Amino acid sequence: MGDETASPSAAAAPARRAPVARRAGLFARGTEEGLWRWSARVASVVPLAGLAFVLAVLAVKAWPAIKVNGPGFLTRSSWIPGSTYANPVVTNGVAHPAGASYGAWPLIAGTLQTSVIALIVALPISIGTAFALTERLPPWLAKPLGFFVEVLAGIPSVIIGLWGVLTLGPFLAAHVYPLIANHVPNVPVLRYFRGPTGYGEGLLTSGLVLGLMIVPIIASTTRDLFLQVPPLPKEGAEALGMTEAEVARRVTIPWVRSGIIGATVLGLGRALGETIAVAMISGSVLGTISPNIFGTMSTVAATIVSQLDSAATDGTGFAIATLAEAGLVLAVISVIVNVAARVIVNNSSRHVAPVGRG
Amino acid sequence: MAHVTGAYPPTRGRRVREVAFRTLSAVALLFVIGPSIWLIADVVVRAVPHWRWDVLTTVPLGTGGGLENAVLGTLVIMVGVLVIAGTVGVLSGIHFAELARPRRSGRAGGAALRTATEVLSGFPSIVLGYVGYVALCVGLHWGFSLLPALIVLSLMVTPYIAKSTESALRQVPTSYREGADALGMSTGYALRKVVIKSALPGIVTGLLIALAIAVGETAPLLYTAGITNTLPSASLIHQPIAYLTYYVWTDYNQPIKSTQYLSFDAALILVVLVLALLVVSRVLVNRTQRHAEGRR
Repeated sequence: MGDETASPSAAAAPARRAPVARRAGLFARGTEEGLWRWSARVASVVPLAGLAFVLAVLAVKAWPAIKVNGPGFLTRSSWIPGSTYANPVVTNGVAHPAGASYGAWPLIAGTLQTSVIALIVALPISIGTAFALTERLPPWLAKPLGFFVEVLAGIPSVIIGLWGVLTLGPFLAAHVYPLIANHVPNVPVLRYFRGPTGYGEGLLTSGLVLGLMIVPIIASTTRDLFLQVPPLPKEGAEALGMTEAEVARRVTIPWVRSGIIGATVLGLGRALGETIAVAMISGSVLGTISPNIFGTMSTVAATIVSQLDSAATDGTGFAIATLAEAGLVLAVISVIVNVAARVIVNNSSRHVAPVGRG
Repeated sequence: MAHVTGAYPPTRGRRVREVAFRTLSAVALLFVIGPSIWLIADVVVRAVPHWRWDVLTTVPLGTGGGLENAVLGTLVIMVGVLVIAGTVGVLSGIHFAELARPRRSGRAGGAALRTATEVLSGFPSIVLGYVGYVALCVGLHWGFSLLPALIVLSLMVTPYIAKSTESALRQVPTSYREGADALGMSTGYALRKVVIKSALPGIVTGLLIALAIAVGETAPLLYTAGITNTLPSASLIHQPIAYLTYYVWTDYNQPIKSTQYLSFDAALILVVLVLALLVVSRVLVNRTQRHAEGRR
């Protein structure tokens, strides 16, 4: 702002600025502002540069694997590292162990399946929780409970994984899954819920735990959004004779819809990329899709973390490259979800004015 | 809130739906609170019965020992993340809130920066860890060590800090900036003495939550920090560093009880550490809000 007035005579400017400059201490006026501007601009570029670096490294590392695995990588269901004792074979100019055959389809499917289960569980629970916290409970109870829900978002995933694999999984496998598996009718679609229930490691447990992990994200955002809805429209709706449920469905939720979508996608992003908890709970089975909802499986992220150790023993570096390709697939999924969320939120917020960021 | 609950709607269907809706929202709350308490109680119950305080003062030895290396390593990692991600994140938040020209931050260049920040905040952490391993530990021959771990973790939490700093700064009333301007303060001086000072509690809250996130991470550290039984050293590279989440992840399914116990102990220490960070951040938030109301 000050720059415009002083610009005509650069020589005269310092004299007029002197008192302020002295008060500014270490930096002369302008110098300090320049320092702030310069350093802040550099810092703001770091995420973009970091993201570009990450994607570039992934692409470069994955390139040999892409050349050998081909487009079938996305559709094949196998995870065979090949023989590391035999001489490497060369395909398309890339050396790899003989018999290596990688396909990420079960992992991609597992990632999507667990995330969908998590969303199906988390979205209604989150909205119900937000509603209970904002409309139903007295403030002295709602405040600490709301804080508790927020805190849950910070519980380390390795600890949720520990609980999932040692306590929740065995409990569900012993007391809940058999009930479902034995009583669901043997008809198409529902047949998916029948069959062996395993020991609590697998698709459904992973999905449920992921759901618990993303509930705090969606619920606390939704609660904040509900609190931002002005009382007048709600009171008006009530005056028209609507019940609380009808007010929620017709006024409150539509008012903040795009914010809820934003928060949901944020949660979806976390579910898609969650690594450690799923690696502990999924059973880490590569190369097959679970025949029913209780079966063991794995996701892209969990596979990268559980396979990187053994991949490093592949002398040709092909296993490492394949993991880069898997990482690239996961990165692309996560970027698509994120960008789609921005588009959805931008589009729908045009109709509903007062929306906080998701 | 507590309004016209007596005036129930006349038709039976609407009445049923109303009761169902209220019941389900209460059940939903229970489904969040119940498992969460179960989870935290589980961690406590697994660790407390055999808790020894010398876990904090001895290093792992064979199948027993303690976690001093991991506790100190985690603290070192916290400080490192605070320095790197704190500096970069706060500065980039300042850029978005105060210095970037609005028109530019809305479109083209600014939009790319913002999109990158958003995408990075939802980016799978294991992919960042993989790139850290491949590019820094192997590519630059740094080996498993502190610096690659810090870089990866910082990249992960920087978007978060930037976002919370930005929103803290945006809550500073415009009149503060105008007042500073009217007093003849330069933009930079006003930024330092007035704007950032008022937003400080909000910024610190963001930093604490980012630290809580960093403390709880496992995936990005496994292949960048490595693991060691020795205490953290002064070297940034070529020297692996221990951290708490590693022991939770590796030791819980070991055959020997004393090793499993290390895993449960690490889990308890982690939970206490993370909860402490989050509670302090909440206290700060409450204090700022009281402050802001008093000022107005």
